[in-house]
Amino acid sequence: MTDILNVICPMHLVLNKTGHIVHVGPTLEKIRAKSKWVGKRFLEVFVLKRPRSISCAKELHYIAFAKLHLNLRDTPRTKLKGVLVPGPVADHLIVNLSFGISVVDAVREYGLTNTDFAPTDLTIEMLYLVEAKSAAMEASRKLNLRLQGAMIAAEEQAFTDTLTGLKNRRAFDYIMERQIVSGHGFALMQIDLAFFKAVNDSLGHAAGDHVLQTVSQIMIEEIRETDTVARLGGDEFAILFPGVSDAAVLTSIGQRIISELEMPIHFQDKVCQVSASIGSVFNLMDSSSTAKQLFENADIALYASKRMGRAQQTFSPKT
Amino acid sequence: MHGLTNRAIQCFVTDRYGLEKWAECARLADIGFSDFESMLIYEDGQTTQILEAASAVLNRPKFELMEDLGTYLVSHPNTESLRRLLRFGGVTFVEFLHSLDELPDRARLAVSDLELPELELRDQAATQFSLSCKSPISGAGHVFIGILRTMADDYGALVTLYHLGSSQGVETISISLIVSEYSEGRHFDLGARL
Repeated sequence: MTDILNVICPMHLVLNKTGHIVHVGPTLEKIRAKSKWVGKRFLEVFVLKRPRSISCAKELHYIAFAKLHLNLRDTPRTKLKGVLVPGPVADHLIVNLSFGISVVDAVREYGLTNTDFAPTDLTIEMLYLVEAKSAAMEASRKLNLRLQGAMIAAEEQAFTDTLTGLKNRRAFDYIMERQIVSGHGFALMQIDLAFFKAVNDSLGHAAGDHVLQTVSQIMIEEIRETDTVARLGGDEFAILFPGVSDAAVLTSIGQRIISELEMPIHFQDKVCQVSASIGSVFNLMDSSSTAKQLFENADIALYASKRMGRAQQTFSPKT
Repeated sequence: MHGLTNRAIQCFVTDRYGLEKWAECARLADIGFSDFESMLIYEDGQTTQILEAASAVLNRPKFELMEDLGTYLVSHPNTESLRRLLRFGGVTFVEFLHSLDELPDRARLAVSDLELPELELRDQAATQFSLSCKSPISGAGHVFIGILRTMADDYGALVTLYHLGSSQGVETISISLIVSEYSEGRHFDLGARL
């Protein structure tokens, strides 16, 4: 009988009626090569976690056929699953054990091999799957990392502000640089929104985003196709007007933009109200100004406008 | 063809012959890129193109190169995980041979869209076997010769292998087991951490 059990369940134990171990299956023997379990009490070697009610050998038959959760009493306290059934020999009990989900650790801990498991046991297949899936997962993870890298690179190379669809700072710098190099005259207008932070703080980011999109649309409608409008970041915008050197023209465009974006902007059931300040600078034909200088001068003009209160426009005296 | 297969070819050429040779192969094959991604799917034709390009660039017959690819797959340190997965097939070389029938199913369990060649092992005598291999890539049988020869060493078995040619897309390999425990073979630790 034990010969058969050794093959089909190499992790079994046979107990006698006093609850003493009389036989140990070969794989269980391997995990405690040095301790002699035969002759010891079952409850001396194992801690029964569930069901917990058992305290002596006489009660063991109460838990027959139930699923047992146990672990070894000495270290390593490997967790085991098991089932106990009355054996074919009168008063004998057979306990069959398995490593359950802790099998991966147990195989490492005890150096188990294919032959330590019954040929029908799916442990080897499970270990295979654990390794194969980990390898496949690793390959996928690497692909994800590369794709993420490619996405970040693509974003860095992008010329569009994803929220508003306007050109971004990178694109604007590029276009302005080309204008400077070609020696054409142009006007640079910087526009900062006023009260935008209040909208964001009181009505939320979704409302803020909606305002930025609406404002962007207003600017696009007020300029010519040859002009370039960009969102430089946050609530800062800039417009480049090639060939414009007339302050009156720029003033009227600026005024139209300000009065349009001062109109209440509806978002869901809320009303958002913003304004803007403008600072502009002219770059005359064949001027030697750099993009950095032009931005600095436009900034100075912009701050002058802000100091005067909302909805003001200022031109930099420098060209 | 699955990216894993193409990537295996790329790693083989790169590990054995260097990055520059691989770049040359990719250029000659005219696939439009230089790196296969292991988790994407590619046209079958690209695999054939790359194999032919490798044969030309490395100046070696294609089938010989494919056999080397098989050897590489189960012996190079970079592909140790593959050797381990194959060793799960059985405790002895004969058990391993018998596990080949289910290799495509095993592969699909791990990577559901991975199509390996259809394999069928026939026992002709206790020590005489034949393996049929059906694949859209011509010469896949030669890859398996490389794999089988190296796995036999791994198990410590002495075998002779012959490619018996192909008919209607099915290649056949003859396997004669001379000694099953010729040498110690390589150790296989079931619970090793990779």
